Amino acid sequence: MQVVLDGVHKQFRKEDGQVLQVLKGINLTVRAGEFLSLIGPSGCGKSTILNIIAGLEQPSEGSVRVNGKPINGPGIDRIVVFQEAGLFPWLSVLDNVTYGLLLKNMPRKKAEAKAMDVLRMVHLGRFANAYPHELSGGMKQRVAIARALVMDPDILLMDEPFAALDEQTRIVLHQELQEIWQQTKKTVIFITHNIREAVMLSERIILMGTRPGMVKQEFVVEAARPRDPSDSVLVHLEKRIMAGLEQEMEKVLKEEMGDDYRLQKGVVYHDPLYHLGSDI
Amino acid sequence: MFITTLFIIWEAISKSGLFPQFLWPPLFWSSHGEATVFGTLVGGLISGQILEAALLTLSRLAVGFLIAIVLGLALGYLIARYRLFDDTLGFVVTALQSVPSIVWFPLAIVWFGLGETAILFIVTIGATWTMTVTSSTGFKNVPTLYLRVARTMGSKGFHLLRTVILPASVPHLISGMRVAWAFAWRALMAGELLGGSGGLGHLLEMGRALQSMDLVLSVMVIIGLVGTVMDAQVFLRVERSVMRRWGMTVRT
Repeated sequence: MQVVLDGVHKQFRKEDGQVLQVLKGINLTVRAGEFLSLIGPSGCGKSTILNIIAGLEQPSEGSVRVNGKPINGPGIDRIVVFQEAGLFPWLSVLDNVTYGLLLKNMPRKKAEAKAMDVLRMVHLGRFANAYPHELSGGMKQRVAIARALVMDPDILLMDEPFAALDEQTRIVLHQELQEIWQQTKKTVIFITHNIREAVMLSERIILMGTRPGMVKQEFVVEAARPRDPSDSVLVHLEKRIMAGLEQEMEKVLKEEMGDDYRLQKGVVYHDPLYHLGSDI
Repeated sequence: MFITTLFIIWEAISKSGLFPQFLWPPLFWSSHGEATVFGTLVGGLISGQILEAALLTLSRLAVGFLIAIVLGLALGYLIARYRLFDDTLGFVVTALQSVPSIVWFPLAIVWFGLGETAILFIVTIGATWTMTVTSSTGFKNVPTLYLRVARTMGSKGFHLLRTVILPASVPHLISGMRVAWAFAWRALMAGELLGGSGGLGHLLEMGRALQSMDLVLSVMVIIGLVGTVMDAQVFLRVERSVMRRWGMTVRT
């Protein structure tokens, strides 16, 4: 097991002194080379899990081990792709991608050659000398993926990387990510709130419950690759996940809007007698 | 066109005899052999009187401004990075920023004597506080995302400062420099006017003493020109291109 979370709790103390329980007793193991998705309603702490694995946040309780070793801050064996590309606007695309390599003291020539290979992999070889402000959203996200891949991490952590993109770009990038994953066999931990995305990409999907965040259900995706969204296995799975997610969403909505809220269709109350006689 | 109209009005007033010629000298055309502003300006540039003064002034500005930038960046970083400095120094700097730098001049004269150092001192003082405030704002507003990206790649300490925090705050720093420059420029003029050790400000004072308004006006033209060129051509341009590259909207 490459990533092991054992009884991870995380709580924040809010300004007014209240303790907010974000994660409660998370046990999770990820195999080497696995593509795992975490899915759940917003506020369920899925990003917090990712940040903990990345070493950007510490768990309040419990342990996280990567390759058997407890993690101690960020490390280049775990690279994150964030929702926003987060490219450095003062560097060209190529310099953005070589940033991490040069930090590892790799000679510039070698770093640039390597960066070009990865940029070609994400079909951006021609844009090596462009600056981030000249790129579209999808291209920026490709560069961000290239920047992560070039570091050759054991684990790729992706925090809703395609959430800010339009549908067409997302579909293309799904395809590319699948290919990259099949080529490189990296462990990918992928966070999303898009069920379709999770089913299309992952081998295993963890559905998270909210308030406090915990593992609610686990689904294994047994479908052939490359995946086809109309595959009946996937369609069926999507429905099952949706059902699970709906319960959680209802919980959130109830908390926010009061106990009388119901997500099911047709429950908004119409008085049948309200319009009675209004057409006379 | 607008400028031409202004010139014509000026000349008309000068020629009208409303004021004595030495109080309101003509710009271009001399009717009774008196000095014109344009003539003095060209003459001064050729003889080197104005040119020399301008160079002296600019070199003072460059030195004072440079010291101010370095000081401002260092103080700004401390304020942005450490809570303690923010609570203590931050407050003092904000207070000092509202003090016009020429106010420091009496103190500077007593400390350093009337001369070069005193002038440099107030130029530096004039620009430092603004630079400190804007650079601390710049450093505080570095997007967390950039910091996280860099940290996951293994950047920390001085490397993080040099490769992420500094470049990410460049837009703030440029605007800060522009304002700081304007303050320094004003402080310098005031300082030279009173300090009396060469430079454009001193030339102004000399023009006053000699009752030669043509000299005063031609020095003013130079001061205005330098100010405009620096502000509109240098800073505004750099600011625009930085804003565009850093992905911010360009003000039009």
